[in-house]
Amino acid sequence: MQATLDQAIKLGLREEEFEKIKEVLGRTPNFTETAMYSVMWSEHCSYKNSIKWLKTLPRDGEKLLVKAGEENAGLVDIGDGWGCVFKIESHNHPSAIEPFQGAATGVGGIHRDIFTMGARPIASLNSLRFGKLDNPKTKWLLKGVVKGIGHYGNCFGVPTVGGEIYFENCYQTNPLVNAMSVGVVEVNKGLTVSATSHGAGNPVFIVGAATGKDGIGGASFASADISEDSINDLPAVQVGDPFEEKKLLEACLELIKTGVVIGMQDMGAAGITCSTSEMSAKGEHGMIIHLDKVPTRQSNMKPWEMLLSESQERMLVVVEKGKEAEMQAIFDKWDIHCVQIGEVTKDQNLKYYMDGELVADVPAESMVLGGGAPVYDREYTEPKYFQEIAKFNAESIIVPSDLKEVAYSLVQLPTIASKRWVYNQYDSMVGTGNTHTNAPSDAPVVRVHGTKKALAVTTDCNSRYVFADPYKGGMIAVAEAARNIVCSGGTPVAITNCLNFGNPYNPEVYYQFVNAIKGMGEACLKFDTPVTGGNVSFYNQSEDGPVYPTPTIGMVGVLESLTDKMTMNFKKPGDLIYVVGLNRNDINCSEYLHHIKNVTHSPAPYFDLEEEAAVQETILRLIKLKLIFSAHDISEGGLFVTLLESAMAGGLGFNISTDANIRKDAFLFGEAQSRVVVSVNPDLHALFEAEMKNVPFAKLGTINYNQDIVVDGESWGFLNDWKEAYDTAIEKQLAN
Amino acid sequence: MKFGVIVFPGSNCDRDMMHALQDDLQQEVVPLWHKDRDLSMFSTNDCIVLPGGFSYGDYLRCGALARFSPMMEQVINFANNGGKVLGVCNGFQILCESGLLPGVLLQNDHQKFVCKNVFIKSENNQNVVGRAVGDQILKIPVAHGEGRYHADAATIETLQKNNQIVFRYCDESGQVHIQSNPNGATNNIAGICNANRNVFGMMPHPERATSDALHNIDGRAILTAFTHMN
Repeated sequence: MQATLDQAIKLGLREEEFEKIKEVLGRTPNFTETAMYSVMWSEHCSYKNSIKWLKTLPRDGEKLLVKAGEENAGLVDIGDGWGCVFKIESHNHPSAIEPFQGAATGVGGIHRDIFTMGARPIASLNSLRFGKLDNPKTKWLLKGVVKGIGHYGNCFGVPTVGGEIYFENCYQTNPLVNAMSVGVVEVNKGLTVSATSHGAGNPVFIVGAATGKDGIGGASFASADISEDSINDLPAVQVGDPFEEKKLLEACLELIKTGVVIGMQDMGAAGITCSTSEMSAKGEHGMIIHLDKVPTRQSNMKPWEMLLSESQERMLVVVEKGKEAEMQAIFDKWDIHCVQIGEVTKDQNLKYYMDGELVADVPAESMVLGGGAPVYDREYTEPKYFQEIAKFNAESIIVPSDLKEVAYSLVQLPTIASKRWVYNQYDSMVGTGNTHTNAPSDAPVVRVHGTKKALAVTTDCNSRYVFADPYKGGMIAVAEAARNIVCSGGTPVAITNCLNFGNPYNPEVYYQFVNAIKGMGEACLKFDTPVTGGNVSFYNQSEDGPVYPTPTIGMVGVLESLTDKMTMNFKKPGDLIYVVGLNRNDINCSEYLHHIKNVTHSPAPYFDLEEEAAVQETILRLIKLKLIFSAHDISEGGLFVTLLESAMAGGLGFNISTDANIRKDAFLFGEAQSRVVVSVNPDLHALFEAEMKNVPFAKLGTINYNQDIVVDGESWGFLNDWKEAYDTAIEKQLAN
Repeated sequence: MKFGVIVFPGSNCDRDMMHALQDDLQQEVVPLWHKDRDLSMFSTNDCIVLPGGFSYGDYLRCGALARFSPMMEQVINFANNGGKVLGVCNGFQILCESGLLPGVLLQNDHQKFVCKNVFIKSENNQNVVGRAVGDQILKIPVAHGEGRYHADAATIETLQKNNQIVFRYCDESGQVHIQSNPNGATNNIAGICNANRNVFGMMPHPERATSDALHNIDGRAILTAFTHMN
């Protein structure tokens, strides 16, 4: 039966897209085919509104073993025959509706992207954005998302080692849940797998969980604005089973070792449709698929439901013909479904049968990104709110008389305060690789078992900066990630990004998108950290408007040995405290200005890419020369929060002086970029200062022998009292 | 002397346990698949370890399914013949479910999963672990949602009287009180042994504290204890 335009539009296709499908097929598609195109050509799968600009990002580098977009995730060379596979992905809309399952399946999905390439995940991170914490709905969302992430990650057995959480009004209806997974694989043993399919006659298997009606149309759901009615889309949210995925992981890695795998791809968005078409298009072959052979969770599933189902914990695997029994034995051992549902064909069409009847027949290549999927050039215009930002005058903000009180409020803001209520619910130590627990650093450092190496991993994005200046904010997101890696003793290698924006058909939103990409690209070039892949999440907006543009950066750095690692805690009383980089008269866009002074519109803080690179180069050199004992970058909350965090981690107070040339609130709470607080043994201070050739620096004071915190000779109380306020702020709010 | 580490389908601390025993403590380790039923290569000098994880996803009570696995039948025989058995976290839950240890592990009193470093101390020197640990206060991580040890009053009294309580949660200075209890366990109990002192269960993870790379080696004393004769 032919599909109608009306049906196509209800499925989320545009009129011209329906016409294009007719042109591709040379006939009017039936309903099943139309449904397949609607998900494959949704923003989520096709990147139709973003690919033009994504292609401008630097995607080459000598350490990249797989180029961006070629596989499910990026693969970089970390030396000694090992590779690192990593990626970040959003699960924003499902989490907004059903926070527990939404977040849980986000974690499950990103891990599958990693092990489908043959890598064992060794660390996960997540970047979360919520509305104001005193809102009951935010509390419900936060509790659900954290429980969901913990539920999946803890059972799956990969440590959650880091991440970030911000609380801003703009995320009230549309929270952001971005999950990142980092895995390792022995590339020199040929253990990586490609998401490809070739060799006519080779069998096609579906392995893992049975297929149900959950998550049908999830990709299309992710490609529309969220609203109060979105609750009616609940079936579009998938349900996760981390135990099944744990077994799937072990079985897949065991299968890969046998060498019989031609290609493998996990089933995420658009399930069977996406995996069959992407693998076939990549391998320039086709497939015959018998849908009646697919194990299902419920009876009487229609072909289009099976083709679109986003049931979790499934993989599509093509193996060499004749090796079916070898494969079956491994999946039997792990008690996992493993069913041959078709075979590879030389003819490059995908033919799907149900009980012998042909239900869909489409060219694989026509469905996919880089093939027949549409590519759009969207208009953009400078946002009107820029005028309000330009009006901001720092002189209008009077420096508060009681800075200690301001600082005390600042450390209890949920964006700044300790996230221990959150991270204590995550197993952060399984795998015995995470060195962060007992020796914290700006980016968690995870050792790679079987090598001397370790990886430094981080996610970063201050979206208020991106809102204020998308270009500069995009650069800062990359720079901050690199700074965190460097402060931990790592050399930045590559990034993955999760681009969370509003509706791309809004020219002001698209302006944010285009300029954030430009900024990111420039910073990636500077730090030699190419983009390995990632995810675009548009339509993050509600009746209240779009969220802040939030291009979350996930970065990986390499430490040749754990002896290269640098930690953030103050070590020894009497050590000198320095700032590397220049303190500036700048309160722009700070937590202080926004949440204490309630100024919503101000320019992005000071940032200069060359200056940043010089600071990072210097810090890395100081670490190698063993001239600093701690390093911690200045970010949200400014210098005071940075000092306090190093002090709390070390259990030692500090005594510092401010600079008479800089307004005190800017000195203590300003967020001008490219600054790192370090501590130095007094005997080494001359050597240390001699290394400061290319960067400005200033001595701030000393680490105390006791818990006193002293600013300009005035007692600011005891460290433990600050720590108590900092540690319990979120817990107290959630208890209300 | 050697260790056998059982791998259940949802074990996720099996590799950590093997790394700790092999790499950090230079012990011989044999991985054991839960569907197998051959323990003939083990003598009572050896030790079978049930590692942490979510053996069968823990959708039913933790450990409730794992106790029925073919390998567990053999472990029960092995233990009853005097062989040493250690269950950590989910392994402890399985030992309680299988009746090798008394009591049960309930959902944490705060109803959340908890992962952090805690401090524990040995209760007495009437068992091989207690003798090895002595009066040290050990910093060992916990990571569980269902770790609240519970047993009826008579059982607790018996455990106490027989010196079967191996570890209690305490603070850094060794004080046992409600603030040092991460899950609401009865009497701050973190680990116990059976009356014969050859089967041990504990919620904290000693295998996560045996490596200099992780800046904590407090777990070595616990695992090394099992290389000694009973």
